[in-house]
Parts: sequence; structure tokens; C-alpha cells
Amino acid sequence: MTVTTALPTFDEAIAAFEPVMGMEVHVELGTATKMFCGCSTTFGAEPNSQVCPVCLGLPGSLPVVNRVAVESAIRIGLALNCSIAEWCRFARKNYFYPDMPKNFQVSQYDEPIAFDGWMDVTVDAETYRIGIERAHMEEDTGKSLHVGGATGRIHGASHSLLDYNRSGIPLIEIVTKPIEVPPAVAPAVARAYVTELRELIRALGVSEARMELGQLRCDANVSLRKAGDPYGTRTETKNVNSLRSVERAVTFEIRRQAAVLSDGGRIVQETRHWHEDTGETTSGRTKEEAEDYRYFPEPDLVPVAPSREWVDELRGTLPEPPAARRARLQAEWGFTDLEMRDVVNAGAVSLVSATVEAGAPAGGAKKWWLGEIARVANERGVALEDAGIAPADVARVEELIAAGALNDKLARQVVEGVLAGEGGPDVVVSARGLQLVNDDAALGTAVDEAIAAQPDVADKIRGGNLGAVGALIGAVMKATRGQADAKRARELILERLQP
Amino acid sequence: MTLTRKTAAELASSIKSGEVSAVEVTRAHLDRIAEVDGPAESGVHAFLHVDTDSALAAAAVVDQKRADGDELGPLAGVPLALKDVITTADMPTTAGSKLLEGWRPPYDATITRRLREAGIVILGKTNLDEFAMGSSTENSAFGPSRNPWDLTRIPGGSGGGSAASLAAFEAPLAIGTDTGGSIRQPAAVTGTVGVKPTYGGVSRYGLIACASSLDQAGPCARTVLDAALLHSVIAGHDPNDSTSIDQPVPDIVAAARKGADGDLSGLRVGVVKELGGEGYQAGVEARFNDAVALLSKLGAEVVEVSCPHFAYALPAYYLILPSEVSSNLARFDAMRYGLRLGDDGTRSAEEVMSLTRGAGFGAEAKRRIMLGTYALSSGYYDAYYGQAQKVRTLVARDFDAAFAKADVLVSPTTPTTAFPIGEKVDDPLAMYKNDLCTIPSNLAGNASASFPCGLADEDGLPVGLHVMAPVLADDRLYRVGAAVEQAYAAQWGGTLLEQAPALDGRRGESATADRGVVS
Amino acid sequence: MPSISREEVAHLARLARLDLAPDELDHLAGQLDQILGAVAQVTEVAADDIPPTSHALPLTNVYRDDEPRPCLPAESVLAAAPAAEDGRFRVPQILGEEA
Ligand SMILES: [Mg+2]
Ligand SMILES: [Zn+2]
Repeated sequence: MTVTTALPTFDEAIAAFEPVMGMEVHVELGTATKMFCGCSTTFGAEPNSQVCPVCLGLPGSLPVVNRVAVESAIRIGLALNCSIAEWCRFARKNYFYPDMPKNFQVSQYDEPIAFDGWMDVTVDAETYRIGIERAHMEEDTGKSLHVGGATGRIHGASHSLLDYNRSGIPLIEIVTKPIEVPPAVAPAVARAYVTELRELIRALGVSEARMELGQLRCDANVSLRKAGDPYGTRTETKNVNSLRSVERAVTFEIRRQAAVLSDGGRIVQETRHWHEDTGETTSGRTKEEAEDYRYFPEPDLVPVAPSREWVDELRGTLPEPPAARRARLQAEWGFTDLEMRDVVNAGAVSLVSATVEAGAPAGGAKKWWLGEIARVANERGVALEDAGIAPADVARVEELIAAGALNDKLARQVVEGVLAGEGGPDVVVSARGLQLVNDDAALGTAVDEAIAAQPDVADKIRGGNLGAVGALIGAVMKATRGQADAKRARELILERLQP
Repeated sequence: MTLTRKTAAELASSIKSGEVSAVEVTRAHLDRIAEVDGPAESGVHAFLHVDTDSALAAAAVVDQKRADGDELGPLAGVPLALKDVITTADMPTTAGSKLLEGWRPPYDATITRRLREAGIVILGKTNLDEFAMGSSTENSAFGPSRNPWDLTRIPGGSGGGSAASLAAFEAPLAIGTDTGGSIRQPAAVTGTVGVKPTYGGVSRYGLIACASSLDQAGPCARTVLDAALLHSVIAGHDPNDSTSIDQPVPDIVAAARKGADGDLSGLRVGVVKELGGEGYQAGVEARFNDAVALLSKLGAEVVEVSCPHFAYALPAYYLILPSEVSSNLARFDAMRYGLRLGDDGTRSAEEVMSLTRGAGFGAEAKRRIMLGTYALSSGYYDAYYGQAQKVRTLVARDFDAAFAKADVLVSPTTPTTAFPIGEKVDDPLAMYKNDLCTIPSNLAGNASASFPCGLADEDGLPVGLHVMAPVLADDRLYRVGAAVEQAYAAQWGGTLLEQAPALDGRRGESATADRGVVS
Repeated sequence: MPSISREEVAHLARLARLDLAPDELDHLAGQLDQILGAVAQVTEVAADDIPPTSHALPLTNVYRDDEPRPCLPAESVLAAAPAAEDGRFRVPQILGEEA
């Protein structure tokens, strides 16, 4: 671990240096089968149960390209305003690693399928255009489990166990051009870029882009320079796998590099690892020798030469760009900029949208997704969409409120029940007996009892002090364990005391 | 005539007519193998693995089908020797390497599947230079194969085992693979027929890669018709191989039958000026010149063509091949299958990989891996690999220009006849020159073949006529080969192999059994 | 052009994960130098305007439909593994990726 006591603050760091960033994002495609073989990509299967000679790299096996993976790559490229190559090849990236069965990764090198595009991101109402260098196709590696060391870390492990189910799952690697924005917003822009990219990938329907499942993985390159100087030496921080971490890791690297440079030191070009717990990066592979991947055209695959007709056809399938969609939805929902930003940051645009489409008012939908559901998801460390409640459930709860069958308090209990896996809203309502008590007979009894129990309060009301009604309503609520319809209770009290 | 001396076509028709059973045919060949193949130190040593039980079982299935009145394919019941670089789910597949000793693949190659579907009986797996890299079979981790014409000499390589099995009458058919001449050069030095189909004509799925952009499996046989029959069994599009050609295979069997008429009128034959002269054995050149004269006599129009860049084919090949090899052989790393050395609990995965690879690969494999690692490394790529790929373009253009003037091109298959075992083992440059004539077709992907054309005067060893045809014109090879074959048969009073020594069996009783079955 | 040093050969051997004995290294260095000297002929061909050929035939756009196919049966996946544990391939400790 590095000693970090002497780090300058972020403000001190950017007073002396300008950061330049580069983001490399790997997106695991949601295709049914792998990049080069027919093995299923279903997540969570038994280890090594979704493998074949091809993705195990067995001698004699040969790859065949998944058409849908190419389509997805082209659609991502188009959505990022890239040019689509008229002719490009796969290449082999040669290096030895046990999670890579052939000891080369089939990737693309100097001929990516998509190149030279851009994407706009907005931070504090300011829009920044991020240049896209390239988007290319490649295959994922297997997964290693390190045994015998502390907490599954590679360091100190006695041996490792390999599962190749992930081996060969299609990846699209998206690389930005150098990002040069006002230093103060650099970390936020990095985060906004990944957020926006995730939104775009989801809108395209090519991947669920769930960072916590590794479906979207981010490497952040950071370098510093004095204003006007050429680019400085960069570090590459690997596997920054949440939106918040993107911002934190970039901030940390800016501060760390500023400390090194201010001390007269030099930045080493290296891979660094991000530690979520400490909020620091540490030096990764110490390379005795420079990497030499010995790229060359993959002889087992023929070139990809997408016809312009195919590209145009795919262009026709592009969804509304996320920024335009957000602007439209914000107008439809009547949200302020601030409200909309909260929804976007929570990654809840599509969930709120689906809830509204299922009949709920926008405000109600937002309240649930960013409130109770976000709280529970956060507690459990899962994504909003995995909290265990569907947009239709949320809409049903709102419907029950509107119909007067639930009040806010009961509604929260219903949502809680759904999140706890007790069933849909109607099931929870009947199982927990959460119907609002609003029939006059049952309510009337409670009201009469409340009046009898607090004659002095009743007198005040009779004397015209309506502010005292609340005390009687409170008693009624208590007597009905919160299930009384407060509005009807108030009417009944007033009927009796102010005829 | 004994069963083992019959052609595949004759055996198939005898089996079909019921004159002989597939089991009898298989047993005769297994006996012959038992008679002449071992011991490894002095026999032909064509086979690394013989599977008696599964061969007899496969033959019995054919006999049963016949008994049931089912339609039999044109080679049903005929035994075959399979080069041990093609995966078989029921037999080990070693690629001639210690790294894969005993490895049983969990899948059949497409070729293997097609052979089985055709009712062809796979006798076993034949010896080869490790990972098909070599021209002599001396690079096999399991000892060299020997040339049935002279057991002190090499049978060629890398498919020396397949060629030797044919020349020793252990099998009437064999499968070879040809990256720079590994079907054609062994055919030439053993007096047999070997065809390298157009690249993409036969699936590579399940063929353990040497150099992916050059490798092509093909038929080996003792006669042109047998090769054509086998070729049409294994050829055709395979969706599991992205480089497989999705077009109909030319009618090669018809071409072989037509060629047997001995009329080549209308055919233009180009003699490649650059493939001859210095470095070519006198007896090889003499037989080649005879063959050209014969082509002319059969009615062909002979012209001279020039392919100036062929001179650069060999150096380009020895950059492209090792580059692809260095990458293809990276998977043999002791992690998932095959040999693992030094895993004592203290060594890291990287150390175990290096140790296993250092001890497991033979000298030639290491040379080529190192050469390829160098040629691909940054700083050298453009000068070596990049430039070699440009030479590849120039070689293909030379072919295009030559095929504008001639329907087929001819040359000797190899500059010399079979050399003694051990002579060139540690002289890679001398060894590499064996493939001088065969390499251009691998670079350009076109079809080529070697046909027997006589014995060199100075050593009495076989010489091969190399015929090259354009991409997807594999049928022309068979027309020319069959025409030449029938003319020579008339001249010699039989096939060239009939002039080979008898290889008297070490075990007399097997020899008798072999002769006894059908006459 | 080439004259490959012993250090360079040792570097290549490390890149290629080949553990070579010192005498093997020396022998190989000599042979590689000789072979590279011979193949360097390719640089004699002036080929600035010549496109490189990476594939023997000019095929393009060969794709497979995104339809699952049967995977290997479980019992055959680990059958040839030098070591296995818990349904996974067991390999010696992997060093160096993470601090
Ligand atoms: Mg990548
Ligand atoms: Zn697979």
C-alpha cells in the first residue's frame, strides 16, 4: 500500500496540474451465445458447464463469429456517432494467462469495427463532448478463484481454480479519445460519461450493463500535465466497477500523481488497482519488461466487411438517444432539472418510465424508486432492478392509494412486503390485512370511543377549535393500527361534534 | 492378389458385391501392420496408435448394413490411416508431441466424422513431425517413421506416417495435412499419391493447427482414383470452419475417370522455370523431364512460365508459419490438458508453464516458436511478418499470371529423393529446402498434388511430379494425375510401388495369413 | 540484417514461456541467427505498393446465428485436466496481477 498521508487536496492538485483522462469501457453483450461458439451465456451456471472445444481453446477447435455480436457492435458504434469500418479484421493479442485458454485473446487491433465518434455528457448544466476513439469486438476470459490466500486474493494463494463459463462471452471495448475538460469537473465528467454510456447500452438493448455483475467494466487512464505542456505519463486504473468509484478513483489518481510530481518525482506508466474500501489505487503488475502482445491478423476468421445496406438497416433500429429521451421524459413528467438529475443519477430513468407507462403518476413513481426501494436495494447491495419489485407493482400501489384503499403508511408496508418477497401488492395487502378502514360502521365505533375517552378535546372542538381534531384522529389511527382512512375519520368526528 | 495389395476402389466393390467382408479386409490390414510396422526402432513405424477393436467394430457395422440391404458409400468398409493431428473422440490424438501424449479429445474432427459417416474404417493414427512441423518425421516425439523403399531413409514429413503406411501396404487410404508440402513431399519420396486441396476445400475443424492460414488436410492413396474417392468424402463446406469454402466441390472423381483415358489434348501445361536447376538432384530432374515429355505425348501443350517471386516463397513461409505457430502452440501450457511438469506446490503457474513447454516441445518446435515470437514482436513486425505477407501477395500474382498461360503448372515435387535418417536433423536450413516447390501453393491457397513419376537413376528411389492447379480447380489435378498414371502403368507394367522391396515380415505366420484370404 | 544476441534470445524465450537450458539457448541463438539471415531476403523485395495477404482466399462475412448449441458433457470437460477441484481446473498459484 502506498503512503498517502501527504496527498494534496483535489483543489490543491488541480491548482498545479491539468488532468487528461481516457476511459476504456468493456461491455459484455447480452447475446444468447458466446462470441465464437454456440455455448450459452447464462449467468450463474455450474462451473465449466457452459464450455465446448472452442471456448476451452482445445487443440483443433476453430472460432465462428456470432452475427448478433457484430450487429450489436455496429449499433453501439452508430449510437456513438462512429464511422463503421467497410472492412476490418480480428487480430490475436498474444500473452500468457491461465484464465485465457488459447493464451491469446481474439480482439481487434488497428482495424476496429467502429471508430471516430463522440458522445455528449452533461455536468452541472454544462455539456461536454467526449470523443470516441474506437469500439471493437473481443472475447472475455475465464474466471479464477484463488484458494489458500486471504479473502480470495491472488496474493498468497496456494493455487487457483478456473471456470471457463465466461470464456468467450462477447465484449465490446469502447475507448475514448483524451478527455480534456476544466480540471474541477474532470472526475464528475468521467462519472457522467460512464453513466451516459450505460444508459445508451441499455437503451440499445444490447446488454443490461450491470456494473455489479461485471457486465460493464471501466478502466480509467489519468495523466497530469502543467498547462500548455504535452501529455504526461498516464496510469491505467483497472476494474473501477461502480459509478461512484469512477469519480473517486479519478480524484484519487489526480491527487496521488500531483503529490508525486510536486515532489519532483516521475509517474511510472503502469496498471493500478482500485480499492473500494480504502478509496485508493495501488500499483499493479510491476512489469520487468514492456508488454509485447505480438498482434497479428487472426487467420482462423475471415474479415468483417459490413455492407452499407446492413449498416443503414441497423441505423434504423437505433433507439432515441438517451439525452433526447431524458429531455422528452422530463417535459412529460414535469420534473425540475434537479429532480430529473436525481432520477438519472440513481439509474432509474427506465424504471420510472416503465412505472409511469403502467399508469402511475410520475411524482409517485420517482418517490418510490428513489426512496424506499433505493434504500432497500442499497442495504442489500443490489441494483434497483434487482430489489425484487417490478414497475407494475409500484404502479399498482399508486393505484390503490388513489382509490383510497391505502394511505401512505400502509403503502410503504405493502412495498416493504413486496421487496421481502411476500408476493405482489394485492397478495401482500390481503396477507397482511392492510386494507384501509373506511367503512363508517367500523370507523364510527373508533370515533365514538375516541370522543368518550377525551371529553375535554371534544369540548374544544364543539367550541369551534378545529385544530384539536388532530388529537382525536390520532387516537382513531392508534385504535385501528394505522389502517383508518384519516380523511373519513375527520368527517365523522366533525359530523358528531359540529352538526 | 492379396487384400492389402488391392486399391481402395477394388476393395469397396468387393465388399459391396459380398466377395469379401469389411471385417476380413480390416483384419488383413491389421495383420499387415502387425507384420511390418514394428518394432518402433526398426520397423516402418507408420502408426502411433492402432485400434484393433474399434476398427473391427466399424467394419462389422458396414457388413451389417450390407446384410440389411442398406446403400453403401463408394468407400464403405475400406481401411484408412489417419494422421495423428486430427482429433478422434475414441482414440488418443498426440500431434506427435510429448505435450499431448495420451490426450483423448472430447470431440471428433469434421474429417473424422465424415470418414465414419462414409463407413471408412479408421485403423489408427499415423506418425508425424511434432505438430506437423518438419519434412522427415524425425521430429516426432515418438521416434521416426521409415521409408518402405529403404528403411534407413526418411518417408518425408510431416505426414511420413501416412505415406509410409500406404507404401508399406498397411492401408490403402490415408489422411494427410499439408502446410508447406506435408502431403506432397512424403507422397513423392514414397512413390504414392498425395493431394493438397484448395485451401478451404476440406474443413480444418479438429485439425490441430500448425499454421492456420496454410494448413489443409487432404487425401493420400496409392492410386489417383482412390485419392479422388477419398477427396470427395472429406471435402465440402463446414459451418464450424470460417475459412471453409461454401461452394460445390468440383467433380474430382469424374475428372480422375476422364484422365484415365490418357488424352490430355487441349490442356496447357506450364513448366515453372524457377523450380529446377541448382540444388536439384540429377535423377529428379531427369524423371521430371521425362514426365513433361510424357504430358506432351498425351496431347498437352507444354509452355514455359516464369514465377519470379517463387524465390521469395521459402523465406516468406519461414516467417509466416513460425509466427502463426508461436501463437497456435501457446495453448499447450500445462493448465487444462496434456503434460504438466514441476507442479510441486512451490512453483507458480508461469514457472510450471515454462518448465513444461521447455521440456515438452522438441527442438524444431522450439526453433519455430522462437522464430515466430521474434518475427511478430514490435519493432520487427513490419520488416519480417509484414513484408512476408506482401511476398504472399506477389506469389499469388505470379500464379495468376502463370494460370493465364497454362491450365496447370508442373515442377518436381521435391528437389531430392528420400535422404538418410539423421542427415539433416540439426541443419534446419537444409531441411527447409525440401519444401521449395510445394510452399508457393500453400501461400496462395491453390490446389496441388504429387504423383509418382519413376525412380531416380542414382539411388533407385521414387520421384514425384508436382502438379499445381488454380483455386477450386482441384479436378484438373486428377485429370492430369490419372492420365500420367495410366501411361506409366503401361510403361512399367504396373504401379511404381510394385517395384518397392517386399518388406519381408518379421513374423512369418502373419504374412501367410495376409496372403491367404482371397486371391 | 539480423545478428541476434543471446540476451534477445533469452527475452524471446521468456515471452514464449520456454524454459531453456544455457547450452540450448546458445545453440538456438546460433541457429536463429542463421535462419533469420536467410529469411531476411524478403526485405529485398520492394513492395511498398503491394497489399499484404493474411488469408489464402478472399472470403469475408462468415457468421453464425446466435442460437445455443449443446456444450460438452460435464464428465468430458475435466477428464483430461492435469488437476481438478470442485468442478474447476486446478492450476498452480498465479502471481503478479494484483498487489
Ligand atoms: Mg481489450
Ligand atoms: Zn463454447
